[in-house]
Amino acid sequence: MPEFEHLWSPIKLTLELATLTTILLLCVGTPIAWWLARSRAPWKEAVAAVVALPLVLPPTVLGFYLLLLLGPNGPGGTIGSLFGLRSLAFTFEGLVIGSVIYSMPFVVQPIRNAFEAFGDRPLEVAATLRASDWDAFWSVALPLARPGFLTGAVLGFAHTVGEFGVVLMIGGNIPGETKVLSVAIYDYVETLQWAQAHVLAGGMLLFSFAVILSVMLVEKRLGRIGR
Amino acid sequence: MMRSVQTGLAHAAVYAFAALAALTATSLPGSAAEVKVAVAANFTEAAKEIGALFEKASGNKAVFSFGATGQLFTQITQEAPFEVFLSADQKTPKKAVAEGLALADSLYTYATGRVVLFSKNKDLVQGEATLKEGKFDKISIANPATAPYGAAAVEVMKKLGVYDALSPKIVQGNNIAQAYQFVDTGTAEVGFVALSQIIKKDEGSRWVVPDDLYAPIAQDAVLLKRGEANPAAKAFLAFLKGPEASAVKEKYGYGTGVVASVAKKKELVPAQ
Repeated sequence: MPEFEHLWSPIKLTLELATLTTILLLCVGTPIAWWLARSRAPWKEAVAAVVALPLVLPPTVLGFYLLLLLGPNGPGGTIGSLFGLRSLAFTFEGLVIGSVIYSMPFVVQPIRNAFEAFGDRPLEVAATLRASDWDAFWSVALPLARPGFLTGAVLGFAHTVGEFGVVLMIGGNIPGETKVLSVAIYDYVETLQWAQAHVLAGGMLLFSFAVILSVMLVEKRLGRIGR
Repeated sequence: MMRSVQTGLAHAAVYAFAALAALTATSLPGSAAEVKVAVAANFTEAAKEIGALFEKASGNKAVFSFGATGQLFTQITQEAPFEVFLSADQKTPKKAVAEGLALADSLYTYATGRVVLFSKNKDLVQGEATLKEGKFDKISIANPATAPYGAAAVEVMKKLGVYDALSPKIVQGNNIAQAYQFVDTGTAEVGFVALSQIIKKDEGSRWVVPDDLYAPIAQDAVLLKRGEANPAAKAFLAFLKGPEASAVKEKYGYGTGVVASVAKKKELVPAQ
């Protein structure tokens, strides 16, 4: 009888990683998306391209640079030393940094699209009503862009859950710290413990299906209400 | 304009395809045959050298795939196209034979490997005291579930009674090559690696773990069912036993054949 009690730890860790990454990405991604949507700077598409890079880069490229970045000889070592760590590689914090970069386009793109979709008009109206820019952002732009935020958050969360190559390169497979779901599945397959692999992989399949389906349904619904 | 760009692209694609087809044609087996070999990561460097010698001697080409022993075995059970398997243990090739994936009479020990505690820092590793004091942040080992060198590292730490104390500091490489990469880049200060990986390097500090702390790593080779009909596969296994291959193995710190002979090779430990 195969043992299943070790399955919970990677699941919990993965959920923690994805939740934290999504929250951070909403905080960091929103101003970026706002700027990309509103700015008239000629080089803004270059910035957009940088944000979108993880879409096309092999995870090994990201993993390689992150290893250098987070390691003791990179900035990660300097930042880590502030917290008494030698390096940010092989730490949960390191995975969070990696995931934020890796999942950035999945959050920024939908939010940017949502900001662009309602155009200048609502903000102009808000201005004629003497709303400050800040006020207009909070009470006009954010509510209007709600579907974009929802899509971005769900996709960012799901994409972080599905992260594998980067984690394999900078994680070090530490149970409870960096051994996330995808790596645990890989380990189970490589050691022929297929019962466990089936449970986790099957769970991921259902989870991913549910995520995509709910995004589609919610977008459809919100789209209808918006109109 | 757009149209001409498109036709231009189409032409380029056709040329590229033709060139690719020509390349493939030239690499098809004519006079020289090819043998696909799955190799445990610790034997990477030695295998490459032996492969080059084999090609020179026989005209046949050995194509290597490197990975952790357990990983390679999983691939073999799933019909990976390997013809020869150079494992990092004896257990896995035996399992391959038992499952009807390999030929029992081809089984033999091609090398005996050794585990080393290694650091890029030239003062950090000073024998078992380094492990007992634990004055480091991270220690890298190969995944003990798939890599025999990782399992040996765990065995050493357990024997010294430091495993529980050190386990929060352990980071695992996917195979022994990644475990070494972690140490070499300094992301982990120390790590258990294979002697073959560091024997040519002068830098850093090392401790060749004595044989009484772990079961020596006898590494077996086996002819896989898929290689049964390929003369080049058999030729490679024969070459692996020969004097030229043995010289390469010794250069990388492997014992050839008998385990006991390795234990006496004290000169493997570089002068401090």
